[in-house]
Amino acid sequence: MFKVEKRPSPSRFWSWMAPILAVVATMVAGGIMFWMLGKPPLEAIRTIFWDPLFNAQFASYSRPQLLIKAAPLILIAIGLSIGFRAGVWNIGAEGQYVIGSLTGAGVALALYPLEAWWIFPLMVVAGALGGFLWAMIPAILRIKLNTNEILVSLMLVYIALEIQSSMALGLLRNPDGAGFPGSRNLQQYPSAHNAEIWVGSSIHWGVIAAMLAVIAAIFLFARYLLGFQIKLTGSSPRAARFAGVNPNVIVAFCLGTSGALAGMAGMFEVSGPAGQVTIDFATGYGFTAIIVAFLGRLNPLGILAAGLLMALTYIGGELAQFIIGLPAAAISAFQGMLLFFLLAGEMFVNYRFVRIRKVVA
Amino acid sequence: MDWSAINPAFFIASIMVSATPLLLAAIGELVAEKTGVLNLGVEGMMITGAICGFIISVETGSPTLGFICGALGGAVLSLIFALLTQLFMANQVASGLALTLFGLGFSSMIGQGYVGIVPPDVPKLMEGADLSAFQRIALGHDAVLYIGLLIPVIVWYVLKYTRLGLVLRAVGEDHEAAHALGYKVIWIRVGAIFFGGACAGLGGAYLSLVRVPQWTDGMTAGIGWIALALVVFASWRPLFIIIGAYLFGGVTVLQLNLQAAGSTIPVEYLSMSPYVITILVLVLLSVLQKYGLLRAAAPAMLGRLFHASN
Repeated sequence: MFKVEKRPSPSRFWSWMAPILAVVATMVAGGIMFWMLGKPPLEAIRTIFWDPLFNAQFASYSRPQLLIKAAPLILIAIGLSIGFRAGVWNIGAEGQYVIGSLTGAGVALALYPLEAWWIFPLMVVAGALGGFLWAMIPAILRIKLNTNEILVSLMLVYIALEIQSSMALGLLRNPDGAGFPGSRNLQQYPSAHNAEIWVGSSIHWGVIAAMLAVIAAIFLFARYLLGFQIKLTGSSPRAARFAGVNPNVIVAFCLGTSGALAGMAGMFEVSGPAGQVTIDFATGYGFTAIIVAFLGRLNPLGILAAGLLMALTYIGGELAQFIIGLPAAAISAFQGMLLFFLLAGEMFVNYRFVRIRKVVA
Repeated sequence: MDWSAINPAFFIASIMVSATPLLLAAIGELVAEKTGVLNLGVEGMMITGAICGFIISVETGSPTLGFICGALGGAVLSLIFALLTQLFMANQVASGLALTLFGLGFSSMIGQGYVGIVPPDVPKLMEGADLSAFQRIALGHDAVLYIGLLIPVIVWYVLKYTRLGLVLRAVGEDHEAAHALGYKVIWIRVGAIFFGGACAGLGGAYLSLVRVPQWTDGMTAGIGWIALALVVFASWRPLFIIIGAYLFGGVTVLQLNLQAAGSTIPVEYLSMSPYVITILVLVLLSVLQKYGLLRAAAPAMLGRLFHASN
């Protein structure tokens, strides 16, 4: 017989192994799911994980896409991971992402057709500020009134989506667009276009921002008192209070940072790959980033790898849709499954099985 | 705009229909939370119930079977949450989110052939165009709506007056003590999670079979999350769930009626009103609690892990 026992300290080995095993288990379970859908399982898995990178026909197109999809996921997930470490649950990143895209694009559209070098930096600031302020709503309510930030931040997603359609159909609609919904295309407005920095590299400013966010998060947790206080608040709120940590500062910092990063991600997306504010601009990056944060075990470098992997499933999913007719939604189910296996695998990090010895009388 | 376009009897009857999915999901979540489990997967269980109920009732032509399978679908999904949080001791917030993300993807995957289909009609106690206002409000509904009204009453009675209720509450208030008394904390929680999943699934099936009735991707549109807020609003009291659900149902129906009647308020602002009001209600409750006018009634063990050390 075995029994489950809490480890004195989390296992280093398992904190590496758990995410890897989770990915393998998801491939197996996902393969079974695809097989039940009547799709060849091995081919589906290969199309999702292998073909986007190495297929002779498609890789040249899909490989650069990897960074474009991964950048917003990483940027948002880094912000979320800071909060999750402190036990501050911002699950409304999708809303902050949308508001950031609106404020960022709004600045550009207000200045159109002025051409100046400072327009793009101003848009970045506006996007970050939009996301920050949207995240400050649950932050202030939690600090002042102890209102649950999970529910408030999530409700604000639905409100942000309504504001988005209102903007796409009203205030930000393209005046030269023959009455079609959607704003002017920022890709055709050079000062506002989040273009590739080096031609053919697919690296736009969002990718740079995501890398900077990863580095900043590493330093935050390794070098700064605030990073330590965040970790302390997460693992033992009581001990943190005795140590003089102000919980309000932690809540405001975590929600504010994740909001600003999500807002920036939205701004980079709307001014780059997406190009315009439309009613269906938001595609769930804010929610997938939650999976990315956990897949990376809330560790900045882990999130970098997890963001790339998750971007791969997006691109591979599109490819599988195209080649073997796998339904688009199968990929979100697949991603959800990954989160299940990750959470289950977490147990091996913190607990171990020990043999119960028979006591001989 | 034209207020006379709103018929009072229809208005009240449609509030009742609109409140039922919310009511069912919320009462199930209340039972789970009473035992100390915070399941944020309500939205995912609802949408799974919605598609399972829809597919089964379209394929078999039987709404009854549809409702049963909807409840079953939600319950089976909730078992994944139970497995993760009770056996694998995973974080409840993260596991609930996982359930919602998976449920949304899974439902849209299996439901892709069912968009635009009209489900079989659910029989009502009384039907026809010539019903009086009273008949339309009190008798013009399907059986599930009345079951939905009955469940909170039963839950209230069980929690308050029976031994089972006492055990459920004990587990939610102090799992160590309940464990020491010999109660199987884990299994009691698994049972409560299962009940919550079944209720959410039934609520979801009601959405796709009666309230809308149609299948569209992500059709729950946050109702599962509002149900979570409703449990807070009701301060974990079953009978208050009914009042709260009818208030939220009223807001939803009112804004839809205003849209239909050609209100001058833009459609987007009307559509966001249920979410805005949910936030306002949460804020109001927090204010009342802050000034001691309302006691925070959350179960003491809510969201806490239990691991028997011996």
